[in-house]
Amino acid sequence: MSDSQQLLGLRAIVKRYPGVVAVGGVSLDVPPGQIHALLGENGAGKSTLMKVIYGAVRPDEGQILWNGQPVAIRNPQEARKLGISMVFQHFSLFDTLTAAENVWLGVDRSLSLAEVTRRVVKVAAAYGLDVEPLRPVHTLSVGERQRVEIVRALLTNPKLLILDEPTSVLTPQAVERLFDTLRKLAGEGVAIIYISHKLDEIRALCQHCTVLRGGKVTGEVDPSRETNASLSRLMIGAEPPALSHAVRAPGEMVLEVGGLSLARQDQFGVDLADIAFSVRAGEVVGVAGVSGNGQQELMAALSGEDPRAPAGSIRLFGRDVARAPADSRRAAGLHFVPEERLGRGAVPTLSLAQNTLLTRTEAVGGGWISVAATRRLARHLIESFNVRANGTEAAARSLSGGNLQKFIVGREIDARPRLLIISQPTWGVDVGAAAQIRGEILKLRDGGCAVLVVSEELEELFEISDRLLVIARGRISPSVPVAEATIERIGEWMSGLWSGAAAEGTHVPA
Amino acid sequence: MFRLEARPQPSRAMTVASPLLALLLTAGLAALLFVLLGKNPLAGLSAYFLEPLNGRRQLTEVALKATPLILCALGLAVCYRSNVWNIGAEGQFVLGAITAGGLALWMTSVGFKASAWIITPLILAAGALGGMAWAAIVAFLRDRFNASEILVSLMLVYVAQQLLNYLVFVTWKDPKGFSMPHTPTFDAATWLPNLVPQSRLHVGALVALVLVAVFWAFIFRSWRGFQLQVGGLSPAAARYAGFSARAALWTALLVSGAMAGLAGAMEAAGPLRQLTPYVSTGYGFTAIIVCFVGRLHPVGILFSGVLLSMFLIGGELGQSRLGLPNALTGVFQGLLLFLLLACDTLIAYRVRWVGAVPAGGAGR
Amino acid sequence: MNEIALLIAATLASGTPVALAGLGLLLNEKAGVLNLGAEGMMLVAAVAGFAVAFHTGSDWVAMGAGALAGMAMALAFGWLVIWLGTNQYATGLALSLIGGGLSAFVGLGYVGKKLSERTVFDIPGLADLPFVGPAFFRQHPMTYIAIVATLAIAWFLYRSRGGLVLRAIGESPESAHFLGYRVRLIRLAAVLAGGALCGVAGAFLSVVYAPLWVEGLVAGRGWIALALTTFATWRPWRVLLGAYLFGGVTMVQFFLQGEGVEIASQLLSMLPYLATIVVLALISRNPAWIRINMPASLGRPFHPGS
Repeated sequence: MSDSQQLLGLRAIVKRYPGVVAVGGVSLDVPPGQIHALLGENGAGKSTLMKVIYGAVRPDEGQILWNGQPVAIRNPQEARKLGISMVFQHFSLFDTLTAAENVWLGVDRSLSLAEVTRRVVKVAAAYGLDVEPLRPVHTLSVGERQRVEIVRALLTNPKLLILDEPTSVLTPQAVERLFDTLRKLAGEGVAIIYISHKLDEIRALCQHCTVLRGGKVTGEVDPSRETNASLSRLMIGAEPPALSHAVRAPGEMVLEVGGLSLARQDQFGVDLADIAFSVRAGEVVGVAGVSGNGQQELMAALSGEDPRAPAGSIRLFGRDVARAPADSRRAAGLHFVPEERLGRGAVPTLSLAQNTLLTRTEAVGGGWISVAATRRLARHLIESFNVRANGTEAAARSLSGGNLQKFIVGREIDARPRLLIISQPTWGVDVGAAAQIRGEILKLRDGGCAVLVVSEELEELFEISDRLLVIARGRISPSVPVAEATIERIGEWMSGLWSGAAAEGTHVPA
Repeated sequence: MFRLEARPQPSRAMTVASPLLALLLTAGLAALLFVLLGKNPLAGLSAYFLEPLNGRRQLTEVALKATPLILCALGLAVCYRSNVWNIGAEGQFVLGAITAGGLALWMTSVGFKASAWIITPLILAAGALGGMAWAAIVAFLRDRFNASEILVSLMLVYVAQQLLNYLVFVTWKDPKGFSMPHTPTFDAATWLPNLVPQSRLHVGALVALVLVAVFWAFIFRSWRGFQLQVGGLSPAAARYAGFSARAALWTALLVSGAMAGLAGAMEAAGPLRQLTPYVSTGYGFTAIIVCFVGRLHPVGILFSGVLLSMFLIGGELGQSRLGLPNALTGVFQGLLLFLLLACDTLIAYRVRWVGAVPAGGAGR
Repeated sequence: MNEIALLIAATLASGTPVALAGLGLLLNEKAGVLNLGAEGMMLVAAVAGFAVAFHTGSDWVAMGAGALAGMAMALAFGWLVIWLGTNQYATGLALSLIGGGLSAFVGLGYVGKKLSERTVFDIPGLADLPFVGPAFFRQHPMTYIAIVATLAIAWFLYRSRGGLVLRAIGESPESAHFLGYRVRLIRLAAVLAGGALCGVAGAFLSVVYAPLWVEGLVAGRGWIALALTTFATWRPWRVLLGAYLFGGVTMVQFFLQGEGVEIASQLLSMLPYLATIVVLALISRNPAWIRINMPASLGRPFHPGS
């Protein structure tokens, strides 16, 4: 195909940030009506490349061609004028405004709010997207919010639609409906760039795939003709490491949760209703669920950051810890790795040595801190867990996402916990570090520790869990051994549709 | 045009250079202002920066004025590092002066005599307690009602001033006072012991020096100090670690209230030796500047306290020798803070000259 | 009865400058910028307004000068906070401290000076109505302008697209930036508008309300205006009402003294500040309520692109 037949062309795009080359000479072409996948692990440069196309960031070198002509995209408005529209991974919606007002802000100035509302209803119907324009966004579920984002993008009559990791917040059934919408759009000549690291989806949906690694293109393939293994090889340069998962008999009862009902703390949260489950020594219990269904609230109640749980609802080795503060739970053997690293699991501007003090108080004696002891501990963690950092005095924020996660996970594992709770263990982490972390979790379990993992990545949960639970709308499903679980069934449960749940009115609008 | 570019690592060099740069710029603007007022700029700068260090008497005056600034600023440093924005140090200072002064007046009226080793600690403790109590109101309202400590502490400054007025004009008024109302002078037994003969410098200066070391240890080596810092830097991390935000709030406010009250007590029982409506000439607010210019660090505060004390003395010298209005001091202090904040940008960012943006294609 | 009417009239007059400043700060905060420099801006505008009124004899030119002075200071603040990304609390404080010093310095020559004879304003016809006349219709035009301004700002924020954009920026500047809005420029516009309103308020104080200049004339009204935006939960009409409440409490001390109540003047002077604390505590009590109404990005810096 000649240049002018391509809708979008990128020629040798380079973008540098202080200390790193995010995109190091990337070229690709997207013709109209093609669903084009952009595959790569975290840190490969996908987001930066999209910011360049979308106009949020300007490249240091290279050219962008639109219908064969070179263009300069200086800001998102110019991108929109060309016909480029983007649906973000972390939505750019305004919570206190209604869906229609949100869409209005994203479209041409000259239209009135009433006119925009009319068009929203029309477009939503045309593509099978269920959207209520007059509801304030903070009352919408995550899936609904994504649909508002998509409708907003569609109202600009895009010729190129970019979707950034759209399925991380959807149940498997909702993913199928999204794919139907995208295929319809492609059929009408809209080009789609689909950013993802989920190999199955790319193989099911996309006609062409550009693979990025380390800011460069490592392959351009037709995904329907590839296997997960071959795509993985292009993505990380090797096949995904296999994890050994021996079956074990679980030991004593470590964590027993029953009757955990908790009102939400702020308006935008989720109430927990009658949560009950247990975790035994030597087993990994995985909690699946679409984000925004109560995981945050459950984690905070278990870790002690929210001390309002009803007395007796959380028992550790039989002892009631429902109202105990975080540090006393830690003394009892409960360690927690939160999903936010910078700002919660570690203080960004403090050094790694200082950050050990958040959960490890061995260096504290009589009210005073031994700086030498904190450095020793930090060095030990850096070495044992293969953390790449500029020494123990490096600021936490100077580490890459994967390395910081390794440090934090290592800090908690090194404390020899009896119960480890870990939320989103490998989110935003490169594949090598992710494999290492999963391996550490399994090692911990083999050593007799009880582990509770909360994750939005179903494949990950299937890989490391012994039993699975699903959290939906603040309620917990019955548990099922991994060997007996299927993706479809878990997907249904993620919509709140487990037996007995219908009576509770658990249905999650997807 | 200029563009700000983020540095990969905060610049160590600029962290030290920024206050110096701000000082230079302030001096430059000051010189300009002197010229506009028709005065010799060099004489003006000399009055502010050189004269205050010239001679024993001047040095003791600098140390005298630096003491309350350093004390208040040390307490504020703990507050600001915990992200508790106490702006009412001025009010807590006044309350310290009131309680210490009240005790001194009582001792004077009953003829209480004892060794300075007993009286001085009592007077200073009274002041610290007074300031602490005033700050406790702020802590309580924030703890229980979630009321902004910025606004409450500020409102209490005005209330404290009126309270002082009331006591000086009405309750404790010296019947022998003529035009300007004041309380009776305190008995000599209650005065703070002198440190340097033939000067007004009292033991408070030593106390301040010791407290600089104490606060350094507290902030950087104590467990409680670490907890406060984490609470100020990342409240979510502090919750994760199990550090009590409530304990941090009360600690920060009580400590800074006590320090401001202590400074107030020293002012009342030191140079003033009585209470007047003008016990504080803005020390509580100047201390905020001292705190920032000193980078919220006890040793930095020691230096910036001396610097801003020089501004105060310089203002008086400028007025008496060159006819420069004393009100200029307030302008320079505010400018110094403002310029410091601007220069601090250079710690995290580099300034780059970038040419005009080309019309088509890429490139910045 | 007549005293009550006079109390009402005095309340309206006393509340007007606080209302104007409060509305200005409301615009600031709706855009996500917290300006603690209100007191300083009002002081500088007060002295500028007084000086201009003294030399030109025109009140309205003086208030225009006040607005300009307020905007000049707001511009310095805005540049530091919006473009250089400095800490909003500290920069605002610095602005207040500079304002205090600068106004004291510039005002030295104007202490004790008097302005020309003050005009008495009343609305013909309405001013002669019993009770209602002296209570409501013998006000300086600025009182009515303040009410109109409240209306205008309420309409702007909740019925215009511009207001929607402003509120969106206050909630999430990052999202607004991705949609292509010039966040920094719009924030600067809000900061300048706030500075202008605070400036008019300050000039009103020195030129119409007092009318005189002394160091510290504003006496904390700038801080009270800041408190107002919180206890009005960021709604324009509540800012106006809160300002009148404060004005009323301030006037009550004179009313009480006039009635022969035996409380020392210094203690009565504490009333407005104590009242502010009490109302602040009552309103802030419910953190969830504050969180819903407070612009989510208030106080946080914004750096476009990275």
